[in-house]
Amino acid sequence: MAGAAPFPEWLEVVAIRGGAGMAALAVGAIFLAATGHDPWRAYREMMIGALGSPFAIEQTIIKAIPLMLTGLGVALAFTMGLWNIGAEGQLVAGALAASWLALTASLPTLVMLPGLILLGAAGGAAWAFIPAVLKTFVGVNEIISTLMLNYIALLWVDYMVFGSWADPTAFSFPYSRPFPPQAHFPVLLGDIHIGLVLALIAALLLAGLLQRTHWGYEIRTIGASLPAARYAGMRVRRNVLLVMAASGALAGLAGVGEVSGVIHRIQQGISPGYGFTAIIVAWVARLNPWAVILVAVLFAALLNGGFVIQTAGVPAAIAYMIQALVLFLVLASEHLLRRVRRRRALSQTRAALQVGR
Amino acid sequence: MNQDQIVALLAVTVVTGTPLIFAAIGELLAERSGVLNLGVEGMMLVGAVSGFAVAAVTGNPWLAVLGAMAAGGALAAGHALLTVTLGTEQVTTGLSLALFGTGLSAFLGKPFIGIPNPVPFRPVPLPGLAHLPILGPVFFQQDLLVYTSYVFIILAWWWIYRTRPGLHLRACGESPETADAMGVDVTVMRYGAVIVGGALAGLGGGYLSLAYTPAWTENMTAGLGWIAIALVIFSTWNPLRLLGGAYLFGAADALGFRVQLLGVETSSILLRMLPYLFTLVVLVLINAVRRHSPVPRALGRPYFREE
Repeated sequence: MAGAAPFPEWLEVVAIRGGAGMAALAVGAIFLAATGHDPWRAYREMMIGALGSPFAIEQTIIKAIPLMLTGLGVALAFTMGLWNIGAEGQLVAGALAASWLALTASLPTLVMLPGLILLGAAGGAAWAFIPAVLKTFVGVNEIISTLMLNYIALLWVDYMVFGSWADPTAFSFPYSRPFPPQAHFPVLLGDIHIGLVLALIAALLLAGLLQRTHWGYEIRTIGASLPAARYAGMRVRRNVLLVMAASGALAGLAGVGEVSGVIHRIQQGISPGYGFTAIIVAWVARLNPWAVILVAVLFAALLNGGFVIQTAGVPAAIAYMIQALVLFLVLASEHLLRRVRRRRALSQTRAALQVGR
Repeated sequence: MNQDQIVALLAVTVVTGTPLIFAAIGELLAERSGVLNLGVEGMMLVGAVSGFAVAAVTGNPWLAVLGAMAAGGALAAGHALLTVTLGTEQVTTGLSLALFGTGLSAFLGKPFIGIPNPVPFRPVPLPGLAHLPILGPVFFQQDLLVYTSYVFIILAWWWIYRTRPGLHLRACGESPETADAMGVDVTVMRYGAVIVGGALAGLGGGYLSLAYTPAWTENMTAGLGWIAIALVIFSTWNPLRLLGGAYLFGAADALGFRVQLLGVETSSILLRMLPYLFTLVVLVLINAVRRHSPVPRALGRPYFREE
């Protein structure tokens, strides 16, 4: 053993993440300076754009909703050791399924809203079910299959918005007809839609599922050790199918939130990569559902700040760079600590053996 | 389709397969040493933008190629530092590299959007070979980078299977303990393979912005990096089979763009799904057919001598 940690584990976890965030911002500043931007000014503008006014905070929360839902979905899959890299495609599939209902059925609000939510979740689940089936029954690695399905889903949106769903008044702009008012998500405050409630309920359910139910215990065991889970008689295949579907359903809900809660139609580029950022969110949050909610808000602030400083000529991509760097640095520092401790433990053991001789 | 059209389609297939060849040989080298690098997409994008930037600034296409390779290699060095020296989980590290590369390329590429490449690589018919029937126009009326890809495939095959360092590389991927006992420095070998692999991914990306398009657009790889990873699985980690696979994928991609030119009525958007669908189908087929996948046995496993 490495001996007593100098301070409690949770503090170390938080400190590493805080430090990684700072270091990532510092590296970002170097890139900004090297490309002729004033990093201090850029970061200040980002901060103001993300959190500096009620409107800014509202926009940040709106962007946090899809990150929360996809982040939770990804975290669930990762907990079981399933590499679902397809949250982006599952989000889009959910948005497509919901859009189909919104654009083709004329229903009263009370039927339409639950219908959108159910269908969106089902769309995401179905899209995730494909790689799950390919993995369970054919042995196809889910990393590549979920990724390929991302590209297919995105092209499918193009196909619909340039095809039968095209807005006749928009000439050839890549978006669909607008949704009827019955298919608009109700708002809570400003433009913040009920997707936020869905995300919080999802976090609550997921935290309960993972920590308090036998199914959650199975999921965690399979993720920790597949042979142990098999030995204990857990049904791994069934869980792969179920967990992937649930993971996709959460991403699908994020898609519904975007089309019904934010843009009220479906269009090309409905997601600026939420499903990919979700991977970073899930890892930085250590796959903990409540931490996912928190990290999603922070990362949404970064994204929103990135959008805002575009007007000042700074590429919004700076936000994506910083997010990926945070994960990179968290991984590096955690493993550096682990190696240092293991080295120390080894040398202590050796020293003890020397004395014993 | 008449013969000319088929030949034209095959010639495009070779061009479309070329970035995949570069990137996939790079990944193959890294995986043969025991390191999975899922960052290919990011390294390709950074290679594409760096190569383009060097071309636009210096006007020298070969410096641009070097720039693309250096950028890909630099990113890969980060992956090596984490996975080899610190022993991080390779899948997560590679994913974060892919995302970082995507962001970095978009960040660096902003000023270069919409600018044409001043010095694109153009076809240079090889004397003698270019006039062979069918083979000539398909393989030997291409640009110099395409010819380079032929050389790289043969070199990679020869180096991996016929040289002592190649044997050492394979040993690192199969059993680093044995390699270590043979006196091979596993760390140096893995660093080398990952960095050279990254440089090749960078070259694959550079091919897009220097010869294929030739311009810089955000996310111009559109998943080629991931397809390259699938291609390595398809190739059973053998460069010669990789060549055939790359052209097969290249054909799927080329078809997506060319079928309409041949007068077939289909939606171009649906055709653009072809390479991705094709990748899925190929993965399903190889898994259904093959009982034992010859994956390097130590792939994904960090190696530390004392533990």
